[in-house]
Amino acid sequence: MSTTATVENFPNSSAEPQENYLNARYGVRSWLLTLDHKRIGLLYLGTITLMFVVGGIAATMMRLNLLEPQGTLVEPETYNKLFSTHGIVMVFFFLVPSIPATLGNFLIPLMIGARDVAFPRLNLLSWYIFVTGCLLMLYVVFTGGIDTGWTFYPPYSSSYAHTDVFLAAMAIFIAGFSSILTGMNFVVTIHKMRAPGMTWFRLPLFIWSMYATALIFVLGTPVIAVTLLLLGVEKLLHVGIFDPALGGDPVLFQHMFWFYSHPAVYIMILPSMGVISELITAFSRKRIFGYSFVAFSSLAIAVISFLVWGHHMFVSGQSVYAGLIFSVLSFLVAIPSAVKVFNWTATLYKGSISYEAPMLYALGFIGLFTIGGLTGLFLASLSTDVHLNGTYFVVAHFHYVMVGGAVMAYMGGLHYWWPKITGRLYPDLWARFAALIIFVGFNLTFFPQFVLGYLGMPRRYAMYPAEFQSLNVLSSAGASVLAVGYVIPLIYLIWSMKYGPVVGPNPFGTKGLEWTTQSPPPTENFLRTPIVTEEAYNYETAPEPEVVRV
Amino acid sequence: MVHGENPTGFAHQFETLEQQHDAGRLGMWIFLATEILFFGGMFMSYTVYRSLHPQAFLLGSHILEVKFGAINTAVLICSSFTMAMSIRSAQTGKKKGTIIGWLILTMLLGATFLFLKFRFEWYHDYLEHTMPGFGFFYRPEWGTHAPQVQMFMCFYFFMTGLHALHMIVGIGVLLVLTWMASRGRFTSQYFAPLEISGLYWHFVDIVWIFLFPLLYLIRY
Amino acid sequence: MASHSQDPAHGHQQVEEHIVPVSTYLSIFVALLIATALTTWIAFQDLGNWNVVVALTIAVCKATLVVLFFMHVKYNKGLTRVVLIGALFWLGIMITFTLSDELTRHWEIYPQAWTGMIVPVMRHLLF
Repeated sequence: MSTTATVENFPNSSAEPQENYLNARYGVRSWLLTLDHKRIGLLYLGTITLMFVVGGIAATMMRLNLLEPQGTLVEPETYNKLFSTHGIVMVFFFLVPSIPATLGNFLIPLMIGARDVAFPRLNLLSWYIFVTGCLLMLYVVFTGGIDTGWTFYPPYSSSYAHTDVFLAAMAIFIAGFSSILTGMNFVVTIHKMRAPGMTWFRLPLFIWSMYATALIFVLGTPVIAVTLLLLGVEKLLHVGIFDPALGGDPVLFQHMFWFYSHPAVYIMILPSMGVISELITAFSRKRIFGYSFVAFSSLAIAVISFLVWGHHMFVSGQSVYAGLIFSVLSFLVAIPSAVKVFNWTATLYKGSISYEAPMLYALGFIGLFTIGGLTGLFLASLSTDVHLNGTYFVVAHFHYVMVGGAVMAYMGGLHYWWPKITGRLYPDLWARFAALIIFVGFNLTFFPQFVLGYLGMPRRYAMYPAEFQSLNVLSSAGASVLAVGYVIPLIYLIWSMKYGPVVGPNPFGTKGLEWTTQSPPPTENFLRTPIVTEEAYNYETAPEPEVVRV
Repeated sequence: MVHGENPTGFAHQFETLEQQHDAGRLGMWIFLATEILFFGGMFMSYTVYRSLHPQAFLLGSHILEVKFGAINTAVLICSSFTMAMSIRSAQTGKKKGTIIGWLILTMLLGATFLFLKFRFEWYHDYLEHTMPGFGFFYRPEWGTHAPQVQMFMCFYFFMTGLHALHMIVGIGVLLVLTWMASRGRFTSQYFAPLEISGLYWHFVDIVWIFLFPLLYLIRY
Repeated sequence: MASHSQDPAHGHQQVEEHIVPVSTYLSIFVALLIATALTTWIAFQDLGNWNVVVALTIAVCKATLVVLFFMHVKYNKGLTRVVLIGALFWLGIMITFTLSDELTRHWEIYPQAWTGMIVPVMRHLLF
């Protein structure tokens, strides 16, 4: 971050294109066999965007079907397959890999001043494994679908299953290995590959949150793997493992499932929090308020996330005593989450705030995540949850966290680092416009669902009583606005790759090692290993924003 | 900077060989942490069901023959010892023949384990109709416990099956190591692949150390 | 990459590694074999509910020996131990909290709910 390193990293500052990771080699082979973490990040970006489209289409069809109380579009059986597909694809094949595998892969070595991740071959392997899982899942979706919901609860998924649960479970099992490899790679990279002077407390907060995420990858994913394997064995061999008729305990499946799947929610939200910490500091040009609190709250969230899974099971037949313990512990998550929200807000205070597109996403995130988090407290308390469990209130709550939180941050991060990734800028006006549309569309879609859930409309039904229609129509209308909001960035981001204005190393004038190398970075990231001499977000020494070259 | 690997096995993304060695070891330990949680999930479901159906697990355990379990435990302990010796011979700069010898011995012991398991245990279970999903037969002496005895056998096959799968992967890794050793790749300075694979092999041994008493030794 | 082109073989002196004497390996090896024989023998003695406790204790001891000596944890300080202890701690979390449900499902038969907590838990864990 020192100025000398900055100068040395740009030997030729003339307008002719420099050699970078994108133009160093050409051809399909150079992409499919690449060991460069930046290219692998882009491979992931393409893959999860496709999966997002698949999950999005399923969601659109659901919302269309719910326009009328009797259902307008599909049979109830098809509706079951739609929400299962939407859930499985969005959770396991979009949200879990979203920020870690794309921005994480791209940025971790850049931010810590390394040439690559610790195990580039495993990194590439993880993408191939992920693609295999995706293809298997798509095969299941297009050849009969799956109707168990994304939670695979037995005995729906074993004794009474009439769809191909085994293959779907294997698809997630396979994709899980890519998570494990990514997590391993990140932990080792952050421990062992930091540039000279990059001490733990000089790391950008994005790195801290990715570290916490990687811990959950490593410690949680194996449990879902063995759970799905047990389910697969039960399904394939028709033997009793979770089947109560044969002495099994279906609630044990739920324990093992949520031991991973609750922390998986934090796999989605922790990286988002890291992105938001970067965006808030960058666009208020201020040091983060309470660096170590934000850093340690990431680790605290990762640890506490493993202590609360029983709050998904309050009405499952779990013992009341376990319910009590899980309820109390669930409230603990609020503490580190609130620490983050308060610290971001305090960072904004007296900052010199500018409303670039990424900042709009970040501010949207803070509001939506706060709503999502606070409604979580309703669901964490045993007695309220008995009323709200299995209603649209839950649906609205987790969409505020996962879409209003994770996806907003993902979009914000993508916009912020897009010039670094491609070397070109997107049209700023369109980007701000899309951010606003997404915010409005999102709230229109999901806020009515809080009301619907509170009034008692259960989730996962293709039909509903007529008195719920107006709120459902409102929600479906919002979904179409939201869809437009997602299509606009897809168009202008692709457009910008060829026609966007070319930018210099640091178009926003922000701090961080990734902005000290050229855009796009060279294959080994830095022409000379950077030496870090100051802590993160030291905006007293910030450079002026670069003049954009057209 | 050289891309790819040079003869000492040094990869371009690292600054020093020591950093690379540390990273590899840490990576393997983290992988083993995932394995602990993976097998741990199985051990937990085993624990829950054993506490729910103690009688059925007792009956189920009597299907298994202690002598094969005990012999195989000893075989695996021997293989752990030979594995440790192969790493030591690389560390102390022994000739490549010594390293290869210990590695081959380790593989042979691993193969012995698998042979005993397949030939005298699983195949036997298949013939005796005590293999869940393949014509499992409810014996009259089990009475009402029969479905849960089948569940015990399910866990037996699931746990030993995954363990055997790990053994097969381990033998594959050892084959690669043997090939690397025959090319003279390991020196007293560079033996990280050996050490890291050794960690994996010992871990698989530890899993069996727990499987043996939990599956075979339920007698009272 | 001028600054990185130093030969890795000269860039550092010695990969720090403790060399364990053969005698240590041998004694651990023998101890493990003895423990295997011991656990097999003890399984056939009727200790009531303590059989499983003894079997698991011996297994834990054997595993500890393998981890400390064969896997060199005794000689590798720091991060290795943190990873190992962390994984075991997480395994503990999973088992403890799941059992906190599984073992308390039928507590309605213990009317003195909170005061009666300890007894059934101990009964389940030990016996």
